[in-house]
Amino acid sequence: MAEFARSEPQELPVGPVGRSGPGWWGVAMLIASEAALFSYLLFSYYYTGASALPGWLLEPAPKMIPTLPNTLLLLASSVVAWYGEKGVEKGDRTQALVGIGGAFVMGFIFAGVQCWEWAKKTYGMGTTSYGSLYFTTTGFHMAHVIVGLVILAALFFWVLDDYFSPRRRISVSAGILYWHFVDVVWLFVFTTYYLTPYLGFAK
Amino acid sequence: MRQAVFRRPEIGDDNEMLRARLHAIWETAPGLKGWLGTVDHKEIGIRYIITAFVLLALGGIEALVIRLQLAGPDLHLLTPEQYNEFFSTHGMTMIFLYASPILSGFSNYLWPLLLGSRDMAFPRMNAFSYWVFLGSAIFLYSGFLVGAGPNDGWFNYVPFAEKDYNPGFNQDFYSLGMIFLGISTTVGAANFIVTAFKTRAPGMSINRIPIMIWGTLTASAANLVVVPAVSLAFFLLWMDRQFGTDFFQPAGGGQPLLWQHLFWIFGHPWVYAIVLPAMGMVSDGLPVFCRRPLVGHSLVALATVSVMILGFGVWVHHMFATGLPGLSLSFFSGASIIITFPSAVTVFAWIATIWLGRPVITTAFLYFASMILLFVIGGVSGFMTASVPVDWQLTDTYFVVAHIHYVLIGINVFPVVGATYFWFPKMTGKLMDERLGRWGFWTMFAGFNIGFLPMHLTGLLGMPRRIWTYPAGMGWSTLNLVTTLGSFLFAVGILIFFFNVIKSLRSGAPAGANPWGGSSLEWSVSSPPPPYNFAVIPTVASRHPLWEEALDESVARTSLTRGMTLDQGKEALHTSPMDAEPERIVATPEDNVAPFLLTVAMMVLFYGMLLKLWIVIGLGGLGCFAALLMWLWPRRNLLERAPPDRKEPVHG
Repeated sequence: MAEFARSEPQELPVGPVGRSGPGWWGVAMLIASEAALFSYLLFSYYYTGASALPGWLLEPAPKMIPTLPNTLLLLASSVVAWYGEKGVEKGDRTQALVGIGGAFVMGFIFAGVQCWEWAKKTYGMGTTSYGSLYFTTTGFHMAHVIVGLVILAALFFWVLDDYFSPRRRISVSAGILYWHFVDVVWLFVFTTYYLTPYLGFAK
Repeated sequence: MRQAVFRRPEIGDDNEMLRARLHAIWETAPGLKGWLGTVDHKEIGIRYIITAFVLLALGGIEALVIRLQLAGPDLHLLTPEQYNEFFSTHGMTMIFLYASPILSGFSNYLWPLLLGSRDMAFPRMNAFSYWVFLGSAIFLYSGFLVGAGPNDGWFNYVPFAEKDYNPGFNQDFYSLGMIFLGISTTVGAANFIVTAFKTRAPGMSINRIPIMIWGTLTASAANLVVVPAVSLAFFLLWMDRQFGTDFFQPAGGGQPLLWQHLFWIFGHPWVYAIVLPAMGMVSDGLPVFCRRPLVGHSLVALATVSVMILGFGVWVHHMFATGLPGLSLSFFSGASIIITFPSAVTVFAWIATIWLGRPVITTAFLYFASMILLFVIGGVSGFMTASVPVDWQLTDTYFVVAHIHYVLIGINVFPVVGATYFWFPKMTGKLMDERLGRWGFWTMFAGFNIGFLPMHLTGLLGMPRRIWTYPAGMGWSTLNLVTTLGSFLFAVGILIFFFNVIKSLRSGAPAGANPWGGSSLEWSVSSPPPPYNFAVIPTVASRHPLWEEALDESVARTSLTRGMTLDQGKEALHTSPMDAEPERIVATPEDNVAPFLLTVAMMVLFYGMLLKLWIVIGLGGLGCFAALLMWLWPRRNLLERAPPDRKEPVHG
């Protein structure tokens, strides 16, 4: 006589506890797909640049000032956001608000500087394929920054309204995971558009 | 209700009281709110299937018009412009609006039942993917209705698709509609992947999952990373057309070939995305009629995954005639030929299953078995075109058209119709008419081969594809007439199938829970299944839960009548990715209209983009924002928020 398989009834978490739960997986999937989108954008840059005639890069080429400090600011905002997440984890509302609010302000400054840089360009999206790629790629990133800022703002107000506890905080973890993604992708965009011309690509 | 942070799940027996309680919890609300807000995967699956079949009929009518135009030389049934719209819309409809959504429909319906779970991982996203599919289909066809259907082929090559050559709205409908549809596919893919890894019944370890799960899982993994390529391509094209950018315009330093790369980086894996789930259906359905397990189950699962992985690396074989460097041609030719190895593993596994089994020849079996033959024919012509010199001769001829139709109809339409015969009793509780089924099968099978086999010859005789008409005396006339007659016969076969579905819905014989003697979990519940699927969560002990007595493969037996009851609200169980150990009790979302509202707002946004009306774009954007906020607002009943008094019992 065969034994019937039975799962041992051990204690299980109910709903999302801490950072783990289905919502976190969902955001991870979204990020995988968005990461692919950016890799096709960068592929388009390298493919077009590699097969273009010399002089494809437009002047003025992207400058390190103010973009390098701006990049460091965006990366630092990830650390600040992480600090905010830790605040929710500890049940320290002040730390959470400082962290999430701080990340919002830093992201906002990043977006402002980027817009200022766009305005300073002497060429537009329709000038050549380089201009099209530059504005579209940085524009796509900007769209993600704006979505991230909206998420941070929503999280800020929800924390202010005392929505979360150390155990029930999946929305915070998922939202901040997205913000980390926005920041990491910028590193690739920055390397591609700001560093490779100095390394001799498409010169 | 207060819920503990940790709880020991109650173990109970399947009984009437439990069923009544679960029914009250899981039933979709009546009326419009329930209709627009349902998150039941079975309801969503059925909607997907019906919508996709309606679109199959539309695409089929377009094909018949094309075939009438080509029935003889020098015919003038259509103008050249109309012909372009017909063949483009036919391709778009069949590939994007039928072939993939129909498989999503079956998977949406069947997955939780196959996996022993109560719903998909993300039920609201599931509803959203359906609404967006419907919305984008309406969007794409609305162009056709105002005389601006896509007219540059489903592949939409530049520079023909650029504004200089194609100034109307035709390509803008196509570009924006495809971006819209891509959202549905991506969301669906993410949902399938998480569902496969997190919602399996306890004990259904990775080596015990049905092949159909493998098919849709690998296809979804591919979709997740390749759909952005085509969405981006269409976005860049729309920018070129509307904002004067230079992505694909050589005059501005752009690269027309970039279009083809982005399109085929998506387009080739997509071919596998619309056949692997269908192959999975055959791998699970065929053995039931052969009265034995699938030969080489693990090898077929591995073959499925390797076909997909290899499928990422072969997109250039669609571009052999574009003048790429020889080294890349050799690499991609080799990679394309290597794909035949895992494909052959699957084919031999099916043949061996029939050979070693005691086949019961039902209509579903005929469809599944015919797929083997059609797959081999399509595979052989694919092998031929994978060879660069042969491809240079055959490219853009009807040979390629014959190949794609053998592949797509042979291994998508035939298995899907077979799957309908197979799972119709489960979905409706009624059996389909077998006699009518056989008539339908032989008509379809004969019509298909009479129609498409001669196309190989038409192609070898040099008839180019996409031409509106042709002169007499080229040696193509008789073959084209035969093809047209065959295509009409094929359409009659499809009509018999549709008629059978409607007739059986009204007056089919009652099916019972397991009419075919199937081995997987969906056959253990009533037909049609209750809203909660399983009264107690099954605990699985082998690959064939319902055949354990006969096969005696394992010491333990699957438990179907005693297990976790999870009846304290709308609850489901999540398990670990590899071994399916119970990991978490999850609260499942109630009916919700946010996915529907978000889709409506997106439609406003996309029509605004089409007409470049910024006010409409702004309104659509605000609508999307509001709907998303409504959707994502952290809810107490989903335990995404702290309880009001902030004290929750740790153990329950």
